[in-house]
Amino acid sequence: MSAVVVRTRPGGAGGRGQETWSGRWVRRLRFYLPAVVVFVGTLAVWQVFANALAGKVTVLPAPSVIVETLRNHWDDARYPLGAAMQGTLTEALGGLALGTLAGVLVALASARFLTARDILLPVAVAASAIPIIAMAPLFNAWFGILNPLSKMMMAAVLVFFPVMANVTLGLVSVDKAALELTRSYASSEWAVVRKVRIPNALPYFFTALKLATTLSLIGAIVAEYFGGQRNVLGRIIVESASSLAFDVTWAAIMLGAASGIVTYLVVALLERLVIPWHASQRSEQ
Amino acid sequence: MTDNAPVVRLDGITMTFSRGGQALTTALEKIDLEIRRGEFVSLIGPSGCGKSTLLRIIGDLIAPTAGEVTVNGKPATRARLDRDYGMVFQAPVLFDWRTVQGNVELPLEILRFDRAKRTARAREMLELVELGDFVRHHPYQLSGGMQQRVAIARALAFEPSILLMDEPFGALDEMTRERMNLEVLRIWEQTGTTVVFVTHSIPEAVFLSSRVVVMSPRPGRITNIIDIDLQRPRNDATRETERYFELVTAVREALHHPGSTGSSGSTSSTSSSGSAAGPRPPSTGRLAVEGAVG
Ligand SMILES: Nc1ncnc2c1ncn2[C@@H]1O[C@H](COP(=O)(O)OP(=O)(O)OP(=O)(O)O)[C@@H](O)[C@H]1O
Ligand SMILES: [Mg+2]
Repeated sequence: MSAVVVRTRPGGAGGRGQETWSGRWVRRLRFYLPAVVVFVGTLAVWQVFANALAGKVTVLPAPSVIVETLRNHWDDARYPLGAAMQGTLTEALGGLALGTLAGVLVALASARFLTARDILLPVAVAASAIPIIAMAPLFNAWFGILNPLSKMMMAAVLVFFPVMANVTLGLVSVDKAALELTRSYASSEWAVVRKVRIPNALPYFFTALKLATTLSLIGAIVAEYFGGQRNVLGRIIVESASSLAFDVTWAAIMLGAASGIVTYLVVALLERLVIPWHASQRSEQ
Repeated sequence: MTDNAPVVRLDGITMTFSRGGQALTTALEKIDLEIRRGEFVSLIGPSGCGKSTLLRIIGDLIAPTAGEVTVNGKPATRARLDRDYGMVFQAPVLFDWRTVQGNVELPLEILRFDRAKRTARAREMLELVELGDFVRHHPYQLSGGMQQRVAIARALAFEPSILLMDEPFGALDEMTRERMNLEVLRIWEQTGTTVVFVTHSIPEAVFLSSRVVVMSPRPGRITNIIDIDLQRPRNDATRETERYFELVTAVREALHHPGSTGSSGSTSSTSSSGSAAGPRPPSTGRLAVEGAVG
């Protein structure tokens, strides 16, 4: 999931200049073509490889088998893949929202006070060095193993630190001259936060949020490994793997991957809409 | 306030930068200077002589170690709170997320102008710097000179009584710089603001100013003040007059031989321009004091 490659899309943001409609699509096609070729090629090699191994090992089912499995188990009783994806996605997105909100609030509070920031940032760095995910069983115990909130909280904690650290950085790394400028206007501290610091932090926020989409899914799924309700991806992965139903395991993993990619893309689209002025979002001209 | 009262009055300004209670650099020592309403005063001197520091002290961005800054008859901090200053730095310091129009409106938003007034005022200022066609552009879509013009429009937007400019054209090529000089003069004549202008360029200082303040480093002091009595309005032809060359030479000599009062004396004695007339600021007296000390 974390291997999603970020590239600037050509001809975005409404398309600049007098480029024709078809010209733009040709350019986009050419831009995406390598990615599409690699994707299709990988699937093809995988399929051939899996077919060749068929009957000897069942650890690696062919793509065609996975698609078949997805269809067969979408709403069956033992491995309800459709409901599982929904359940896991709910936990992950809930955790994403909670963790992001907390991260932003703490960043806003800490950026206002230099001392608090000086204390909090080392804490955040230390905290991000701890493998928080190892605490998943504890979270299950604290919030109730059957309560989806325990998974949500795991995801939220994972999301919290990068969001907080990045947003704090964005709020404080404002050009010194910009602050002198607002000082010369006798601007209130709150106006500086609203008109300079927050806009300055938005690109940092979106960078963290893209990372956080992946983290929230990891948090939710790993927490599910340690027990809880059955209709979630993590449980299906654990149970199907221990029953050697690897086609189901792979199908569940694929659904997790798809969820990650889709949420990532939604955030990337949001970023494009909210900060079109940022260097990373400008289409090459 | 009478027309004769100084807009800026510096009294024994000393600035010592220190770290951990230990004095490191004496950037400025006992600076006295008076700037009258409507003057265009340039600060010139070698790198590190404290020009930016002096400008920042006038604008109350930093407080001096000793001495007093009086602006429009009040302490500098009061003047800043009253929005008496417009600042332009070497870098334009524009905000990427705002359009050209939005950047000029920023100070007006902070000063709580209502929307209609903001829009109209920003429009007017952008017309003044000849960027009326670029209001919807973002800063990155403009050239360096255009960005600096936006910064000037922004500084003028709330009609500050003093414009403080720190090497605003330092990053521009010679041709653009000369065009910008003309533009600044035109704006200065149209708005009647008082300008304090830091520069490294002797021709620029002479061309723009009513007075050129020459500084020397370690510690930063004023060594010379040269009245520029070139006729106004100034234009490209001004740069070819004999008087212009004389004054450029005078400033150059003052820079190279700090403390020698010869050139300054000769230029100020022939002074006839209106803005240069009036009582000499006390700072000229410092030359004699300095000579006695050194
Ligand atoms: N914040 C600071 N802390 C310590 N020393 C400083 C600080 N700001 C300036 N100085 C020192 O004060 C002196 C004057 O600096 P200043 O920036 O005013 O010079 P300047 O005349 O503007 O130079 P330049 O022409 O290169 O811009 C320098 O020796 C500099 O090292
Ligand atoms: Mg400087």
